[in-house]
Amino acid sequence: MSYAIPAFLPFFLAALFAAVTPLKYRYALVLVPLVNGVLLFLNADQLAPISIQLHTFTLQIMDVGAQVSEQEAKLSLLFAYLFHLACFICLIYSLHVKDRIQIVAGLLYAGSAIGAVFAGDFITLFIFWELLAVTSAFLVFARRTKAAKAAGIRYLIIQILSGVLLLIGAISYFQQTGSTDIGYIGLGSTASWFFLIAFGIKAAFPFMHSWLSDAYPEATPTGTVFLSAFTTKVAIYMLARTFPGEDLLVYIGAAMTCFPIFYAVIENDLRKVLAYSLINQLGFMVCGIGIGTALALNGTVAHAFNDVIFKGLLFMTMGAVLHRVGHVNGSNLGGLYKTMPKTTLFCIVGAASISAFPLFSGFVSKSMVMAAMIEAGHEYLWLMLLFASAGVFHHAGIKIPFFAFFAHDSGLRPKEAPTNMLVAMGIASFICILIGTYPEVLYQMLPWENDYVPYDLTHTLTQLQLLFFSALAFVWLNKKGLYPPELKSVNLDFEYLYRKVLPSAGLGLANLGNTLKVLITGLAVDAMNALPVMKRGNDANAATLTLRMAIGFVVIAVLAFITQFM
Amino acid sequence: MKSEIKSTEQKVAFFDKPKNVTWMMRIFYAICVLLVVADFIVHRHIYVSFEEIPTFYALYGFVACVVLVVIAKEMRKLVMRDENYYDERDDELELDVPRVDVEHHEHAPQPGDDATTKESH
Repeated sequence: MSYAIPAFLPFFLAALFAAVTPLKYRYALVLVPLVNGVLLFLNADQLAPISIQLHTFTLQIMDVGAQVSEQEAKLSLLFAYLFHLACFICLIYSLHVKDRIQIVAGLLYAGSAIGAVFAGDFITLFIFWELLAVTSAFLVFARRTKAAKAAGIRYLIIQILSGVLLLIGAISYFQQTGSTDIGYIGLGSTASWFFLIAFGIKAAFPFMHSWLSDAYPEATPTGTVFLSAFTTKVAIYMLARTFPGEDLLVYIGAAMTCFPIFYAVIENDLRKVLAYSLINQLGFMVCGIGIGTALALNGTVAHAFNDVIFKGLLFMTMGAVLHRVGHVNGSNLGGLYKTMPKTTLFCIVGAASISAFPLFSGFVSKSMVMAAMIEAGHEYLWLMLLFASAGVFHHAGIKIPFFAFFAHDSGLRPKEAPTNMLVAMGIASFICILIGTYPEVLYQMLPWENDYVPYDLTHTLTQLQLLFFSALAFVWLNKKGLYPPELKSVNLDFEYLYRKVLPSAGLGLANLGNTLKVLITGLAVDAMNALPVMKRGNDANAATLTLRMAIGFVVIAVLAFITQFM
Repeated sequence: MKSEIKSTEQKVAFFDKPKNVTWMMRIFYAICVLLVVADFIVHRHIYVSFEEIPTFYALYGFVACVVLVVIAKEMRKLVMRDENYYDERDDELELDVPRVDVEHHEHAPQPGDDATTKESH
């Protein structure tokens, strides 16, 4: 048996099915990513390329098989498995949702991501790139609050902008090279910069990141889990294929690991804390791509895989709290472990994984990027990553579970999360621990040669020292009363530019324009009035006209005179 | 209407017993000490010059977090605004969650006790 359909097709058909059939059949949808993923896995060696002829252009919608290099084939497959797995977990997590829009949007969104990783040319990629944007925006809109609608529109504008830049890049790339096939580009040409910015927007590069911290916390509880899995990882996948070894990315990545953690420490909305820590994790991946060695790229891919699972897990636990309590503000939570013990446990597993605790998944992948950083000789950037690692533990590892489930008792006694949510969180936790304790599961799927050994004495000891003393700092700061309290607030980030400065600058310009208009109209009226008007009975009009004509002639005569000497 | 559960009906939870928290903190400190001691016993591989400093990772982890928090706190002066600075959030309702009235009395110092002081009842 061979697998000869586009891998995204089952998802789009499932979305169509979900759109028209009664909601009670939605339980069957869980089988779609599961069956499709298993079939894809079993037939990985004998996939057939599929393309569509559109007039003179060929869309390569399944770029697999013999003409693709071994690494690239493995890379797309690994991301495809990851997206199937993520979609499977997300669908279980959202089984209780009776909102048709979310189910349809979620399936289309996951399908688009899978379509994007198998795309063989930039035009096909562009189509899925824009589908990712449009479908995911509905996961934000579906929250149906004023803030969510506005955030969804902003999200959509920025995502579409990324797509447009990608299209411009693709066209100018075609002009230069005569091909639109996806492959190594490397910085240099104008087209490459368009690509880098298009991918950079979705990968949340510094100053292009604020859509993420803006929209993700506004989405529905289940929507955010979907969102955290796909968009940014597709961008990472594309960067890994087109810009491996690009030195600039190392510096961008290092900046991405560091700046969000400051925001994460003072942020009150716990899902926004997670959004910032998502940018921080993307930073490690971008660093890995920038280094571009086999170890670094393997580390990037492995970390992307783990991040989808553990960040998804953390978003799921916060989604459960949001579902039960109605908000996730650290200032008004605390003590929830009493009535939500299972969610608490899963949250701690997620926190341990993201902090790279030994025996949890982050430990076996983040360290690959760190080791590659040292091999590449970036010692000071390595210090930045180490700082970020300590910071991750501080805000995602301790702050999230502590302020939501422990800290000071808020008196809230919500029910435990619904069973389907617990099952989804359980599966994600299991994967985190499985990969952490038995990394071979993941390592054997990595595209490049891999002989990295995560568990040696030095690495385990140093990582434990780093983490425990970060925790000690947390305890000490709390005891001294130095730890910043959770306050109901928002923090100004780059979005300030387009949410406040640009609108007020626009208003200012409009006001200035109005003032100028009034001024000029006034001057013109004054000038008209300044013209002499003769009032001598019935001949007044004729006299006035004559006088004006005379003035007109004089003006023309003067102008004619001047032009003679020009 | 908020449904109420009387706090007396509940058994005292694990982390509400000061004794448990004290013991956990003691174990935690003990592990920290052990990790420092281990640094002098185990021969670490040195890849970067910084690592030659004894207990480099422990020091760096502690200092990094303190620096992180201090800078972040200072940043609040610059970037913190009111909750409704961007959006009116009057259409977001807190769900009807069962509550208990909690008396906050001074017990064993638990990290973060002083951190959350606001309550919305």
